[in-house]
Amino acid sequence: MSEFPSTEATSSGLLRRDPRTEWIARNRLHPLHSSVVSAGQGEVRGPTGLLRKNPHVIGFIGPNGIKRIDRANLSAAGLNSKKRAGEAKEVQLPLHVVDNPDGYIMVVADMIGGRLTSHDKDILGLAHQLVAENKAADKGNIAVVLVCFGESKETQFDLAGVDRLLHITGQEFEGFAPEARLSALMQIEAQYKPENWLFPDSIHGGTDLACRLASRLGERPATQAWQVTATSTVSRGASGSCDISRETPRILMLMEECANAIEDTRHQVLDLEFDVNSVDTGDNYRLIDQGQIEVDSNAVPLAEAEFILSAGNGIHNWDQFHAVAAALRATEGASRVAVDDGFMPRSRQVGASGTWVTARVYLAVGISGAIQHMQGIGQCDKVVAINTDAGCDMVKRADLAVIEDSEAVLEALMKLAQEHYSSKEQEKSDAA
Amino acid sequence: MPPKVNVVSLVSIGRHPQSGRSRRAEQDGRAVELGLKLSKKSLTVVHAGDAQEPVLRQYAGMGLDSLTVLPQPADGDALPILVDFLKSSKAQVVLTGVRAESGESSGMLPYLLAEQLGWPLVPRVAEILTIKQGAAEVLLALPRGQRRSVIVSLPFIATVDNAAAEARQTAFGPGLRADFKVLDVNSVKDEAMATWQISAAKPRPKRLKVVKAKTAADRMKAATAKPVGGGGKVMKNETAAEKAQAIFDLLLEEKVVR
Repeated sequence: MSEFPSTEATSSGLLRRDPRTEWIARNRLHPLHSSVVSAGQGEVRGPTGLLRKNPHVIGFIGPNGIKRIDRANLSAAGLNSKKRAGEAKEVQLPLHVVDNPDGYIMVVADMIGGRLTSHDKDILGLAHQLVAENKAADKGNIAVVLVCFGESKETQFDLAGVDRLLHITGQEFEGFAPEARLSALMQIEAQYKPENWLFPDSIHGGTDLACRLASRLGERPATQAWQVTATSTVSRGASGSCDISRETPRILMLMEECANAIEDTRHQVLDLEFDVNSVDTGDNYRLIDQGQIEVDSNAVPLAEAEFILSAGNGIHNWDQFHAVAAALRATEGASRVAVDDGFMPRSRQVGASGTWVTARVYLAVGISGAIQHMQGIGQCDKVVAINTDAGCDMVKRADLAVIEDSEAVLEALMKLAQEHYSSKEQEKSDAA
Repeated sequence: MPPKVNVVSLVSIGRHPQSGRSRRAEQDGRAVELGLKLSKKSLTVVHAGDAQEPVLRQYAGMGLDSLTVLPQPADGDALPILVDFLKSSKAQVVLTGVRAESGESSGMLPYLLAEQLGWPLVPRVAEILTIKQGAAEVLLALPRGQRRSVIVSLPFIATVDNAAAEARQTAFGPGLRADFKVLDVNSVKDEAMATWQISAAKPRPKRLKVVKAKTAADRMKAATAKPVGGGGKVMKNETAAEKAQAIFDLLLEEKVVR
């Protein structure tokens, strides 16, 4: 009866039998029988080394006395939960190794908020398609290099398909710095002579940088490309009304969903040698960034607002809510209840019958999270919930949930925001 | 604002997105509007293409006395003739749309002009606030309705975003009466474009949501279960001030509070 935990290894490595548990396991009428049987769910090998299954221990007796087999493992607290967790940990995707690459494909990512966007990941996927085609045509092995500027919060470069990483940091590359970034790209071009330059065709700076590089190098790029192979490219022209097919150029600006993102390999993410200090950062930059300026956050359309403070049924002090939204420079949103009760205009409603928002940060105050509302915030990156109910759906969805009455937290938040902005003002006036 | 700034707006023939008829291009119209705001009547509006095109009258109807046309065939390259024109025109500010609505609509023309003339380029302008002492303060349109202020030295090229002030209505009669200055230029053929195959746009395939479940039970779960964001932090027992601090730190980290 070796499938029961009647044997255990002692420190000296000797196997010791426990005759009592063996006896309980044999005796199905014993009160401890089920616990002893379920404890030994590990892998069991017979005397010849074959894996043995005990068909009698599968399933359990349901409340009405019928035997149930839980194949979906819904009651995960049951027998197999530990084993499952162990398996999940072991799954490791195969590592894609590129040693001594013969060439490089450069992918210049947008990295909005310091993380790879889905657009960036699609382009990395496309780069790997090009690599595979090159390999099939015996043109040597090529590494996919991700070029990114500024601060990075991304932790999963390896799963996105980055073989080599060129992370260019420095004060001069932060914010709006197309000229500095262009000179860095020119340096990369001179140093590595990449096979292809891939850019996202996006309003986040990808198109701008790509056009600058293409005009500096004197190459004719393909813009709004959406079907790319190693030899031919199909791109949209005439404001999306026609397809232009041509030979694949060296510089490509790619539309969203141009290829599938990498899913089932890991990649090396080795740092590529690049000396930031040798970039020709001159005083000859003619665009001087004055920084972002404050806009009226409530004038920004709700669908494209970056930061939304949203109110639901849990708000009682509406004056305070509006004051906090103003202090945080957040766009105001509302759940359906708040709109139906007349506290907020219909145009502010978030959710299935209102606006589908794309905010990077969504701060939900007193919203428990009806499914229609959760659909509306499906595209938000970070959700923060303030709620008194710890079991509500919004708290489950949230990256940070605070269980507290909204009024107290909003008051403290208001204070923090006011302190933050007044200290900023102070710094500005000191500097001036 | 001193009226001495020489502003040139480059216009092209637009294409209505639904009907496909030619029209005043959305962004080019805004470029003319911005030019009119900067330099009133002294604005120069330039089109490289067919001088007989009736759409040009729509631009002229925005209150222009004259419009300059650099005639060239449909397969011509607008770049060299525009470079020659701008070199000789003493322009200080050149305004264009971000992307043309016809042709390749790559949006490369302003960049190539800037490169060949050696001028700086400001992408996606929403407004030009001031021009003084050889420098301009420009507001860029960023995604999500944000604005960035940039100072750029004259002369420069700016592409005008859809966030800029809308083009004014055109008047039919004044548009007809406007004077067209058709210059004599040599046209250059665009050789690369001749090798392309151009066809009507095929609809792009929608990306399918593939459920990568191995068992039927997993598929059932994927189809029915509510998505649960795992790994969220829940704060219960701290004081309100600590909770607020945690939220505020997240806002700072995500840079939505600047």
